[in-house]
Amino acid sequence: MDPVIQVRDLTKTYKDTHALDGVSFDIQRNSIYGFLGRNGAGKTTAMSILTAQNFPTSGSVRVFGEDPYENARVLSRVCFVRESQKYPDEANAKIALRTARMFFPNWDQDLADELVDEFQLPMKPVIKKLSRGQLSAVGVIIGLASRAEITFFDEPYLGLDAVARQIFYDRLLADYAEHPRTIILSSHLIDEIANLIERVIVIDRGRILMDQSTEEARGRATSIVGDREGVERFVGDREILHRESLGRTASVTFLGQLTPEERREAHAAGLDFAPVPLQQLIVRMTQRDQAADASAPAVTEGALR
Amino acid sequence: MDEGKPLFVQIAEMVEDQIVDGSLAEEEKAPSTNEIASFSRINPATAAKGVNMLVEKGVLYKRRGIGMFVSPGAREQLLAERRAAFANAYVAPLIDEARKLGLTPDDVAQLISEHATPSP
Repeated sequence: MDPVIQVRDLTKTYKDTHALDGVSFDIQRNSIYGFLGRNGAGKTTAMSILTAQNFPTSGSVRVFGEDPYENARVLSRVCFVRESQKYPDEANAKIALRTARMFFPNWDQDLADELVDEFQLPMKPVIKKLSRGQLSAVGVIIGLASRAEITFFDEPYLGLDAVARQIFYDRLLADYAEHPRTIILSSHLIDEIANLIERVIVIDRGRILMDQSTEEARGRATSIVGDREGVERFVGDREILHRESLGRTASVTFLGQLTPEERREAHAAGLDFAPVPLQQLIVRMTQRDQAADASAPAVTEGALR
Repeated sequence: MDEGKPLFVQIAEMVEDQIVDGSLAEEEKAPSTNEIASFSRINPATAAKGVNMLVEKGVLYKRRGIGMFVSPGAREQLLAERRAAFANAYVAPLIDEARKLGLTPDDVAQLISEHATPSP
């Protein structure tokens, strides 16, 4: 175990909301993480704090064993590519890349040149004039060519079309294989990145909802479909994530896997079953988490009097 | 990619398929972890796990500094393993499905004879 990032009880409060509420996790060296969660869940806040663009209200953050805040020694080893990257008004892609090259000690110019070609990025026009896809490409190229020991990609590929995204994933994997480092990908396109990431951390409303290997997450839930009565009988008192029905057919998603014995039972009862893909698992768990909170008694009722 | 089995198991099976069908011969160099990761578009750690599984099974062995090679006898080992699993994987579901359609095992046997093409 070799954590390059350690977060303990991290809390960030704005007026009366907790953007982050006592969050703790480790990020191991040389691994690709998926950092997932709804908009406003706290992902970007967490990444901003980890890259010293913001600071904790309480709790601690250690990057390479040190506090990253205003710490140039740590920050030159970290690259943060964010969705709404701002560049100086008159800059073009050429200048942006040249600036990045000066900042990152591991910068690989050959890789940058290849990527500029592959993404067909025009180098001369002012960045304001670039299309959304081209703007995203600038960020993605910097993220990859920096070869920074820790690289965050905060949904900078939202502007990329499917073809460009595939280029990004392929290049990311190929470069990571040759030059292992720590990469944190935050994305809403969970199923697209599911095969790339080794661990999944899900944040929901400022708290950690999941922190496990992708493999474990894949095996965590099962869905079963078939005649409603048969399904209910089979599911019994397992922990249910989601339920749906269409006429006499019901579909239930529950936590847990089927043993070979149970699989035979299900088959014999005419029920179809399948493991739950990562994106669906996370969506269902998030919905359940939010529903549970909604039905909890309001704690602040008394304060209104 | 089938969602049912862990990814690294699917990778191992993909390489095993190549050994069984002869496209990857014994003592031939197996694809590297990075090649597999790149081809299947998965994390290299997952690919490595699949390859390690094959090394542990004795299907592949490592030649230091060169790479992974297919072990002698690997094909026979895999055929034996798959024959043992054949009944559970194919025959049992076949009979189950046939039963649902009102077909007896004898009916199934007949269908098999009718559909089996004589081997060249």
